[in-house]
Amino acid sequence: MPNQLAPAEVWFPILTQVVFAVVMAVALVGVGLALGKRVKNKVKDSPYECGITPVGSARNRFSVKFYLVAMLFILFDIEAIFLYPWAVVYRELKLFAFFEMLLFMALVLVGFFYIWKKGVLDWAVDETSDEKIQ
Amino acid sequence: MPGNYMPSAAELFRFSPELLLTAAGTLLMIFEAITSPKQKRSLPVFAFLSLLAALALAVAASSDPGPAFNRMLQVDGFATFFRVLVMAIGAVTILISTNYLKQAEHEGGEFYSLVLFSVVGQCLMATANELIMIFIGIEVSSIATYVLAGYLRDDKRNNEAALKYFLLGSFATAFLLYGVAWIYGTTGTTNLSGVRGVLLDPQNAPNAILISVALGLVLVGLLFKVSAVPFQSWAPDVYQGAPAPVTAFMATGPKAAAFAAFLRITMWAFEPVKNHWIPVLWFTAIATMIVGNFAALRQSNVKRLLAYSSIAHAGYVLVALTAASKTGTEAAMFYMVSYAAMNLGAFAVIAHVARKGERRVEIDDFAGLGNRQPLTAAIFTVFLLSLIGVPLTGGFFAKFYVFKAALDSQLIALTIVGLLNSAVAAFYYLRLIVIMYMQPAPEGVDTLPEPSLGIRTALVACSLATVVLGVFPSLVLDIAGRGASFIR
Repeated sequence: MPNQLAPAEVWFPILTQVVFAVVMAVALVGVGLALGKRVKNKVKDSPYECGITPVGSARNRFSVKFYLVAMLFILFDIEAIFLYPWAVVYRELKLFAFFEMLLFMALVLVGFFYIWKKGVLDWAVDETSDEKIQ
Repeated sequence: MPGNYMPSAAELFRFSPELLLTAAGTLLMIFEAITSPKQKRSLPVFAFLSLLAALALAVAASSDPGPAFNRMLQVDGFATFFRVLVMAIGAVTILISTNYLKQAEHEGGEFYSLVLFSVVGQCLMATANELIMIFIGIEVSSIATYVLAGYLRDDKRNNEAALKYFLLGSFATAFLLYGVAWIYGTTGTTNLSGVRGVLLDPQNAPNAILISVALGLVLVGLLFKVSAVPFQSWAPDVYQGAPAPVTAFMATGPKAAAFAAFLRITMWAFEPVKNHWIPVLWFTAIATMIVGNFAALRQSNVKRLLAYSSIAHAGYVLVALTAASKTGTEAAMFYMVSYAAMNLGAFAVIAHVARKGERRVEIDDFAGLGNRQPLTAAIFTVFLLSLIGVPLTGGFFAKFYVFKAALDSQLIALTIVGLLNSAVAAFYYLRLIVIMYMQPAPEGVDTLPEPSLGIRTALVACSLATVVLGVFPSLVLDIAGRGASFIR
């Protein structure tokens, strides 16, 4: 029973973990500082070295396509998430689980087919006519 | 927990209406993607027929009642009653919508697909014998309805309605889910029969305070869905902003299903601790009736007026729930049927008069309707009289049974408040009738086209249902009585 152990024994693994975390962090940053070559210029100091300019108006207009893609990403991401618990209990549920997941995939594929036909994935469409995206 | 998860043929048959509707909704999305605009005209017909087929299956499935899917669903007379009701509501909604969508130039298979998915969710709410299933049903129904509320996406009012409905709806569902977690924590089960078993067991009765908190959280979620005070503020804005056919659907289908879940939770699972929830519902019923009716007095927009009237009607149904008896359950079930018939009909008239862009939804836009289109005005009058509760209409017996059930349970004060409220309600419905018949049409008003075939069918069906319920109420009341005996 854990409550019969002395407090030191109970907390020792956690103490070990904290020590390891501190040592690792200090070591990694220290090694970097000691061995790394340092370059200082304007580009290097910017928050996103390879990204968009961090300063400017936040009210730029983005094409609605970005939002659509973001939403579709979430949908298919959720599909992938469902696969994990399914894989864990697969042996126990046997064929039933197989067909259930097949059905689930088929339904998601219908959604995929639908957005494809609706033209959501056509990025080359002329910007001025939004007829394709409905 | 090893076991056989493969559903048996009998279980699949009990679940067949939902399976059919899901398949039909999915097919509609495929059809929408591959058909030409001309072929798309047959999509509403397909959706309508699949609803009728599912309705027939639901009736057939009631011949073999029992549990399904590891007792998560309970297909019994009660479930069949509400399943048939929400499917009929879905079918009438499709009748009202076709012409509306054509005028708005937004015809599409998605609309009908979403209606079918929403109906599936509502069927789940009616059959669920498990809090998690009720939650999933509410979500399936609500998410489809959020999208429907904002269906005309170029219309600012639609967008506002959809966003408000979505934010407040998700917030309320979170309360419900938190309550479910508490129930699981106190009783160790989410199965409604299991919860009832634990509450009935005097040996290890759960802590009364914990049960009250759990039940309170669940009630918040459910009271929101039926738009009862103090969770009613979303309803007028959403009902006003959404397209009129969608408002008709929202005010009837999800509400009926929410009351089905409400009845199963209060009258079956938590019936052993009814002393905890009766006082809550008593206050809510009174507040809902008063707020709904008095706010409706001041409205100039017809959709908003009917939104407040629908809040008030939820209050009357809550009176039946407060009675906490089999007669009360029957009365609530009967009320939902007659409420659905008269409300769908009234919104069908509004969808017809409002026309493209919904520019004619003020009360004054109905002036002179009695001369301009006598038949439409007459049918609208039937619905309004039924909403008042005039004899020979379904609304009369609905109120009669509710107050009878309340009196049987010695709820004298509640009955008196309810009756006084009915008198207040008569004023704003009668005002609409007076304006329709006594006031001349405004100068330079354009002619109102004849109602479309869909709207005509919906109006005939709804007015027939309203009158039949008012003349032969026992037809439905007997079925409701048999259904009510399953949960009480």
